[in-house]
Amino acid sequence: MHVLLLALRRLAASLPTLLVLLVGLFLLLQLAPGDTVDALVAQIGGGDPTMIDELRRHYGLDASVAVQLGRYIWRLLQLDLGFSAIYGKPVSEVILERLPATLLLMGSALSFAFAAGMALGVLSARRVNKWPDTVISTLGLIFYATPSFWFGLMGIVIFAVKLGWLPAGGMEEIGAGYTGLRRITDIAWHLLLPTVTLALIFLATYLRIMRASMLEVMNLDFVRTARAKGLSPRKVITAHVLRNALLPMVTLVGLQAGTMLGGSVVVESVFALPGLGRLAYESVVQRDLNTLLGIVFVSALLVIVINFIVDLLYARLDPRIVT
Amino acid sequence: MRLTRRDALLATSASLVGSLLPRMALAQDTPKQGGILSAHLGSEQRILNPALRASTGVYLITSKIMEALVDLDANGNPAPVLATEWEATPDGKTVTFKLRQGVTWHDGKPFTAADVQYTALEMWKKHLNYGTQLQQYLEAVDTPDSHTAIFRYSRPMPLNLLLRALCDLGYIAPRHVFEGTNILENPANTAPIGTGPFKFVQYERGQFIVAERNPNYWRKEFPYLDRIVWRVITDKSAVAAALETGQIQVSSYNGLSLSDLDRLKEDERFEVSTRGIEANAFNNTLEFNTRRKELSDIRVRRAIAHAIDVEFFIENFLYGQGKPATGPIPSSSPAFYPGGEPPYPFDPKKAAALLDEAGYKPGSDGTRFTLKLVPIMNGEDVPLLATFIQQSLAEVGIKVEIVQLDIAGALTTVYRDWNFDLATGWHQYRGDPAVSTTVWYRSGSPKGAPWTNQWGWQSDRIDQLIDQAATEIDPAKRKALYAEWVKSVNEEIPVWMITERQFFAATSKQVRNHHNTPRWDSSDWHDTWIASS
Repeated sequence: MHVLLLALRRLAASLPTLLVLLVGLFLLLQLAPGDTVDALVAQIGGGDPTMIDELRRHYGLDASVAVQLGRYIWRLLQLDLGFSAIYGKPVSEVILERLPATLLLMGSALSFAFAAGMALGVLSARRVNKWPDTVISTLGLIFYATPSFWFGLMGIVIFAVKLGWLPAGGMEEIGAGYTGLRRITDIAWHLLLPTVTLALIFLATYLRIMRASMLEVMNLDFVRTARAKGLSPRKVITAHVLRNALLPMVTLVGLQAGTMLGGSVVVESVFALPGLGRLAYESVVQRDLNTLLGIVFVSALLVIVINFIVDLLYARLDPRIVT
Repeated sequence: MRLTRRDALLATSASLVGSLLPRMALAQDTPKQGGILSAHLGSEQRILNPALRASTGVYLITSKIMEALVDLDANGNPAPVLATEWEATPDGKTVTFKLRQGVTWHDGKPFTAADVQYTALEMWKKHLNYGTQLQQYLEAVDTPDSHTAIFRYSRPMPLNLLLRALCDLGYIAPRHVFEGTNILENPANTAPIGTGPFKFVQYERGQFIVAERNPNYWRKEFPYLDRIVWRVITDKSAVAAALETGQIQVSSYNGLSLSDLDRLKEDERFEVSTRGIEANAFNNTLEFNTRRKELSDIRVRRAIAHAIDVEFFIENFLYGQGKPATGPIPSSSPAFYPGGEPPYPFDPKKAAALLDEAGYKPGSDGTRFTLKLVPIMNGEDVPLLATFIQQSLAEVGIKVEIVQLDIAGALTTVYRDWNFDLATGWHQYRGDPAVSTTVWYRSGSPKGAPWTNQWGWQSDRIDQLIDQAATEIDPAKRKALYAEWVKSVNEEIPVWMITERQFFAATSKQVRNHHNTPRWDSSDWHDTWIASS
């Protein structure tokens, strides 16, 4: 009950931010030259003025900006995200279709980056300034400095084109009609390369943070006490250092969950995955205002939810923090 | 020359392979029933109805599902599809189509003249881009019986123009599905119902579209394929990977990057060629805003054309995929191509002399004047050409500032706001100059209509030539009128057609009977089959 109340209070506090965000974006997009009809005409290679006027009326673009904004907010208050110009169906439906792929990709990449980053960070902190530390830190730097599309493309070239081990793209085998476990393994197979690609950059940050945080905690008094009372080095790390060193990591996960939605545009395009990032990109290029605002709305909600979970986790990790 | 043992071995193995190959090819030449063909789709389509949207992206998919009255045969002549015969009256105002009998829609209803009448009047004339122009003088479609449609025009309509245009702008939609509904919001726009060799199955947004064999197709025994799958892949490098791993077997209309096309040319698994896409030629263009004082001077426009080394650009930026254009009608259109040389060969000295003559002497920093160039991003080569123009013009003392916008933004800036000095993009030629080419030069185009004359330039003579050619019924006279027109617009250059190019397709050699008509990617694929690997 306490948690639920807290969640509601959080949501209420975020509502004004959300509104400012949506209105700001709406107005910002008015500054972009061209509307969705221009984008459509560009795609189909031309059209005549009668058809163009007809389409503008069809999409409700013949009204003034103020009227359009008013209509949008009124619909939003009724929890209606509007109609998508490029997809010809309600925005909520379009987003719901894309959400599973995004969450799956984001969730697995984030988990992988978190787990691997933590392990490597602990490893290099325990062997600080020795060769494992140097190797891990160098690798981290390389991962961090390399653009993810390059990693993705190289992964495809090596593992799909040259070796033929993994599929080159797509979410699953089209028309294979797999069900149950077979389908799950098929999807996992297809998501392996994109997940690793997306995770590598985040992994680099996580391992740096984990290493620094471990080193800091290891010098604190209570760790010395733990050692002095004769605990094994392994026990000291797992029971005392790790838990305290995790706090900055958890903060970072919360912060990055939001950026990961945007960061996947590149990965989704390279691997032809039907995620929210690509949808957002296409909405911008096609000036599909409703879809874009809908995505921002959903992403903002997602960030709010994740940050809430992070706050709860803080309390678990460090009882001194009261939510 | 000494023959080593290795050479001898190589020679014998080569001749062995050589003698085996024809037999293998022969064994594969009998069409095989079944199989799935996967094709590349570069951009998501809003609707899948070619009677409402004329665009290659829509045709790629719907041409397998819906059918037009006519299509091009292997020699590029209009061939019967849903129409079996056609005839025009001598005054050119009435065209009679005999329609194919015994054709049914995918939902089982019979195809009749009423469908043609409805589609022509309600879709082509009211909504279809380019169709509204083509059919603006269409007054009525009479249907004396269920398999005759008589098109009545208030002005003479050249039969050749109509037939050539109807290959793209002549798809028929089912009247019983659309009548009495809001045409633009009808669900059949995204789940098309047609008469074609394949039936629509599924459109998974962002991923794929599937169509399956129509067992009741009117060409008995066709099609060969069981299914067609179009995969949506937006990243060009990923398209190359999908081809190489066999995820897709064909990618057309330059779906691959220029460098990948060049690379896969050497790969024996694929055929990279312009064969079967000849019907779609395009030019890189340079549009002049003649409202700008400097550019209203014909000498300045000519000087700019002389200052750009087109052959160098084609060789080094386009991997040789193209040639300098001789005018707005491409050489791949023999019915209208007047021949000739590129009108403005590279000659920087002449360019400088022309600019001097026009009174624009270089200032103390060597700059004569500054122009704003808006690239219209039709393809990856457009920004390259923009930079090339910038550097070439700097050589003759014209400073160019490039304004980067995405395509919707660039179209608005150039065609609605006229906020440009120079613009560069593509002009697409659609088989007949009257379809989408003469609008680039004809005055009176309403403000905001993209890819039309918005240059602030007008010539009575050229307007007259365009109007005359559009209603001339005699093909020889039409060709002569267009030849004269090309000559005049080359002299005036309100728009400069820089290159003449064709689209490339990369196709796996497993695919048979591919690209055997001039618009194969937009044709029905009824005779396409897949050889086992």
